[in-house]
Amino acid sequence: MASYLAKRLIMMIPVLLGITIISFAVMKMAPGDPTSLLTDLNPNINEEAVKRIRAHYGLDEPWHVQYLKWLRSMLMLDFGRSFASDSRPVIDKIMERIPVTLMLNILSMILTIGVAIPIGVMSAVKQNSLADKGTTVFVFLGFAMPTFWLALLLMILFGVKLDWLPISGLRSLNYADLSLPARALDVAKHLILPVFVAAFGGLAGMSRYMRSNMLEVIRQDYITTARAKGLDERTVIYRHAFRNALLPVITLLGLSVPGLIGGSVIFETIFAIPGMGQLFYQSVMMRDYPTIMGVLVIGAVLTLLGNLLADVSYALADPRIRVSD
Amino acid sequence: MAALYSDFWARLFKNKLAVAGLAVVVALFFVAVFAHSFAPYPPDLIDTSQVLEAPSKQHFLGTDILGRDVLSRMIHGAGVSLSVGFVAVGISTFIAVILGALAGYYGGVVERIVMRFVDIMLCFPSFFLILAVIAFIGPSIYNIMIVIGVTSWMGVTRLVRAEFLSLKERDFVQAAIAQGASDLRVIFIHCLPNAMAPVLVAATLGVAHAVLVESSLSFLGIGVQPPDPSWGNMLTEGKDNIEIAWWLSVFPGLAILITVMGYNLLGEGIRDTLDPRLRR
Repeated sequence: MASYLAKRLIMMIPVLLGITIISFAVMKMAPGDPTSLLTDLNPNINEEAVKRIRAHYGLDEPWHVQYLKWLRSMLMLDFGRSFASDSRPVIDKIMERIPVTLMLNILSMILTIGVAIPIGVMSAVKQNSLADKGTTVFVFLGFAMPTFWLALLLMILFGVKLDWLPISGLRSLNYADLSLPARALDVAKHLILPVFVAAFGGLAGMSRYMRSNMLEVIRQDYITTARAKGLDERTVIYRHAFRNALLPVITLLGLSVPGLIGGSVIFETIFAIPGMGQLFYQSVMMRDYPTIMGVLVIGAVLTLLGNLLADVSYALADPRIRVSD
Repeated sequence: MAALYSDFWARLFKNKLAVAGLAVVVALFFVAVFAHSFAPYPPDLIDTSQVLEAPSKQHFLGTDILGRDVLSRMIHGAGVSLSVGFVAVGISTFIAVILGALAGYYGGVVERIVMRFVDIMLCFPSFFLILAVIAFIGPSIYNIMIVIGVTSWMGVTRLVRAEFLSLKERDFVQAAIAQGASDLRVIFIHCLPNAMAPVLVAATLGVAHAVLVESSLSFLGIGVQPPDPSWGNMLTEGKDNIEIAWWLSVFPGLAILITVMGYNLLGEGIRDTLDPRLRR
């Protein structure tokens, strides 16, 4: 296992480098350069001053020198200071936002697994039943549903018409005055809609995947053997088939990480949740380049870590993986 | 090739869901092309005496904050969404076919570089990458097309590579190589036509994906810019008036849902028709 882990970690290095190269290329795509914000519209600035500012930011150097310098500061998690009016270090701004986004994504993942797996197993076991067909319709709807539209509809229904749930933020205005259990209830109420919306996209894919895994496994010889030796159907399905069908789901969870992190831009913006997605959206809207670069790189690294976690869990769960590698 | 797929349409028409998808796709195409004839009002006709009217006989789907007819704006928005979808998919398919063919056909270092590039690109939450690029180059309908295209080629590249890996070993390809056909000829004349089936399926599903991404971007205000109508930016108005005008939120979203579903159903239908083994 240790050697498997070491191999995986070493394989991450070129990917990490690639992530920084692509991010750097994205940054260089901007017309003009970051100093043009300071210089273009300023009538008091002369040729000399522009040169000095460019030299100050190292923009007069060849691009590979600029890249290496940028890479060195990335490695020390130094993303510079935000262009926003608070001018705080970008890394601090991101770090305080990450827990919110992670919590939302983990909750929605738990919801996805908790709902999609039973649905997938059921529609595989009762293939072509009415329930299975209903699930198929639901899956197609789920694939085609724009998340932000679903969020709007739920906000209209539960927030405006029924007035059951709050539609923005993580806390009510009177949060500070509430008792501890009331605070927990308040946050929970604020979380219901965002978590459901975030989970919805994954539900369709996951239940579909679980269904086809289950159908695949049920056809295997060892299932026939289990039935032939007289085990009852429940044992066959839940002990023999279910466990094996569950394995590939780990991989799918790993693969769904970038989608979840990327999707957080949409639902955090709609529900006004102070997470990394909202920070990213705000910095895109005001061209806060250092923050954009910081979130882009950290988002990619989080995805890489998510994939690593999935691969390691898979190797732990399935000895064939770590032996054959 | 033609003979192999001669019963393509006949088989596709037996699949009810695929026919439904095809109907949606064709209908949308006509709506988009003949938007001016279908729309009851000009899309940007402002009528301040009819602001935020609920659906009625005059305005089937109501009016927006400037008194513009929602149905007319949706009809004109169809062309916007579809053109973004088609151009973006054209770009991503082009990149994917070239890179996938090179990787699968040549193998070795070329393959390793291309596939590693795919791995790296897949690490970026695609929505983050798209937003970052748009932040730097600015939002416009053309930039959106390009950005969606260059961030969504990875899956198809893997598909094309896999196809080429197996095609390369087939007798007819080996025969062509033995006859001294150039690499270009082998790749484009012998291999590529036989690798097109999964590419066609992926492209159809890709249009659905691109329409979804475009509408999300426009909804966030970094896609198609008002006053040009797009289903996504119409929904932004819906959100701003969520307490008073439900129709602004419901109908454009329904249009996105139906469009995406149409392309998905058609794509799945084509997959089942071209390769029954893939049927799940």
